[in-house]
Amino acid sequence: MNNPDRITVPGSHVPGPEKLYEKRKAVYPQKIDGPFRRFKWFVMFVTLTIYYGTPWLRWDRGPYAPDQAVLVDLAHRRFYMFGIEIWPHEFYFVAGLLIMAGIGLFLVTSAVGRAWCGYSCPQTVWTDVFQHVDRFIDGDRNAQARLAKAPWGPAKIFKRTLKYSIYLAISFWTGGAWIMYFADAPTLTHDFWTGQAAPIAYATVAVLTATTFLLGGFAREQVCIYMCPWPRIQTAMLDEKSLIVTYKDWRGEKRGSLKKAEKNPGEFGDCIDCNQCVAVCPTGYDIRNGPDIACITCGLCIDACDRVMREVGRPRGLIDYATLEDNTREAAGETPRPVWKTILHLRTLIYLGVWGMLGLGLLFALGTRNHTDITIAQDRNPPFMLMSDGSVRNAYTLKLRNMESRPRKMEVAIEGLPGAVMWSEDMPREAAARKIVREVPADEIDTMRAYVVMPDGARSQKFTFTLRSLDEAGESDSGVTNFEAPGAEE
Amino acid sequence: MTDKRIDEATGVETVGHEWDGIEELNNPLPRWWVLTFYVCIFWALVYSVAYPAWPMISSATQGMLGWTSRGQLAAEMEAQEKERAASVAALANMPIEQLPGNPELMRAAVAGGRAAFKVNCVQCHGSGAAGGKGYPNLNDDDWLWGGDLKAIETTLIHGIRQPGDDQTRFSQMPSFGRDGILTGGQISAVASHVLALSGKGKDSAAGAQLFQENCAVCHGPDGKGMREFGAPNLTDAIWLYGGARKDVIASVTNAHAGVMPAWGTRLDPVTIKMLAAYVHSLGGGEDFTEQAAAPAAPATPAEQTNEQP
Repeated sequence: MNNPDRITVPGSHVPGPEKLYEKRKAVYPQKIDGPFRRFKWFVMFVTLTIYYGTPWLRWDRGPYAPDQAVLVDLAHRRFYMFGIEIWPHEFYFVAGLLIMAGIGLFLVTSAVGRAWCGYSCPQTVWTDVFQHVDRFIDGDRNAQARLAKAPWGPAKIFKRTLKYSIYLAISFWTGGAWIMYFADAPTLTHDFWTGQAAPIAYATVAVLTATTFLLGGFAREQVCIYMCPWPRIQTAMLDEKSLIVTYKDWRGEKRGSLKKAEKNPGEFGDCIDCNQCVAVCPTGYDIRNGPDIACITCGLCIDACDRVMREVGRPRGLIDYATLEDNTREAAGETPRPVWKTILHLRTLIYLGVWGMLGLGLLFALGTRNHTDITIAQDRNPPFMLMSDGSVRNAYTLKLRNMESRPRKMEVAIEGLPGAVMWSEDMPREAAARKIVREVPADEIDTMRAYVVMPDGARSQKFTFTLRSLDEAGESDSGVTNFEAPGAEE
Repeated sequence: MTDKRIDEATGVETVGHEWDGIEELNNPLPRWWVLTFYVCIFWALVYSVAYPAWPMISSATQGMLGWTSRGQLAAEMEAQEKERAASVAALANMPIEQLPGNPELMRAAVAGGRAAFKVNCVQCHGSGAAGGKGYPNLNDDDWLWGGDLKAIETTLIHGIRQPGDDQTRFSQMPSFGRDGILTGGQISAVASHVLALSGKGKDSAAGAQLFQENCAVCHGPDGKGMREFGAPNLTDAIWLYGGARKDVIASVTNAHAGVMPAWGTRLDPVTIKMLAAYVHSLGGGEDFTEQAAAPAAPATPAEQTNEQP
């Protein structure tokens, strides 16, 4: 209905078919060079090398354990990382690392803004790779736009086929690298190509190839703007003290071309409205509109703007990494603070402290952990057993862990519980004793049923099972458990 | 309702709907989102044609693939059975006496027996096989009819006092009180002697005398029981019907005769072997001994048809 308070703009209703969707505005980022671009190259090189190369590093662990430096062995429930071997019951190390990674993201965000997004996020790295493929096949920004508009012909079909083939090859390589973390890489490569790998390997490669192809090749900045929750979370962590890419509007505005500015001195700011900052942006955002989740703070616009400023003979830094606080300060005529001062503010220091303490705690736990471990599960049903001679028997399931890559002789002993002896289901009952020696295979859990018998007149009490390795290390672990007896009833 | 216009605050066209002054801006979805939506609709259509989906009056549509959850379960069960076929066949062909010599098969049998026990035996013997008053505890080392694998298997097949099974293990203690064989005072004296046998309370000379006359024929002169008749050992610490004085008096007065069903008619021989292996593994199982030929059966108050030829 007509609202008399509202002004209806005449002619504003556009007749014609309704648009059901908003078409993605294609982004053809222009090639650029500069310190930030070079840093981006460097990070890309390092991260991709780590990702593709890590599974191929070898690490000699002796004959009983795999010799892949980093291996997530789901089948055997082991996680190998160089000299560290994580067992399922030590999963808190992995959980701790994940928490550290989370706090690390907070730390990085509070210190240098969205540096993760701009440089090392996988989506950013692979989008960058694919954009370079675009440039290599289709040419730079203008050529890409021209080709996109051009009618389909042999040349375009050839270029598109070639480009998508390269996309697919990169995607396949990416998916293929992922599965290498979960099995011995050389063996898996051989099995993969000879059709002997597990179906899950092929499925994983197929899924990761498809997602890399789609997300890196086509969705690109749409992932950052529409799909990724992280930019939205980050907006809660950024404040006026955070380092972000900032357009210094007090210096740039009012925008005007070089010609206009020369004609009217004093009327225009430093921004000559050349649009270079938008042209090079991998997400197609115009940073001059202010901070936005579309800005991944990769700094390519800074490179572009600095080059233009150099060409027109104006100082660099019209667009620059700066905190909003400093931007205001600079606008008021004060000198900018050094970057390290903006990075080291209270919030960063708190994150750094928490992060560092977690790290030290994990390192300490790692350094003092034992390669011998016993867990005790007491039978509860029935809790105790009265034998015909009046003695009382309790049963326990003991798990003896030998977390070293060699078989070890281990001794299980009862401490406390006077008069008690034990035997195991796989030994003659007559051999019952206070100590049992078992050979625990390398890197394995030996599950042992222990029957502990106390002579007539036993009472419920606590006692200790001790596990000791009978080698030069002499590691031991122990656990306190209960002996149940009918005592109280009599 | 078709009064479209540009919203002055955002510069976005409205869709022309208005409710109490609140208008809707026309911000279309991104194309990939819409495409994803269409793909989901297509997927739903394919899925509902391929799989059972649409509820009808008494059933649902079958689906082109003919998939059912029951069919899937049946296939999984069949696959499981196939996987177990080898060990089941080996168990079927192996006399139970040879089982301890084959640890791998023993483990499989114990695992199978654990499952079968949960279905068939826990009702009386309890989920931990600890039994209860009148229901033997299978974890301990007191066996009325023998605790080696063969004896357990026989008990399982033929049961105890199972009517209609001519090989069932049978014994019946006389009801000394109810049938007027002993007087109350005599029963009390016997109870004193029985309790004294296992070290509880003072002995009674009269009781000892009565015991030798009435009880020793089955329980043995020293009260250690006899497996041939399932007569309990009265000198140990384990009492099936309770070891308090009143329990003993009740037992002598009325006599107990628990019945265990014969499972040979309900379960297949392999399952029974598995159950025997499991019960034997609970910690009290006995090793095979050179089974002395049953001593010439003395005349017993109960008819007694002991196992095996």
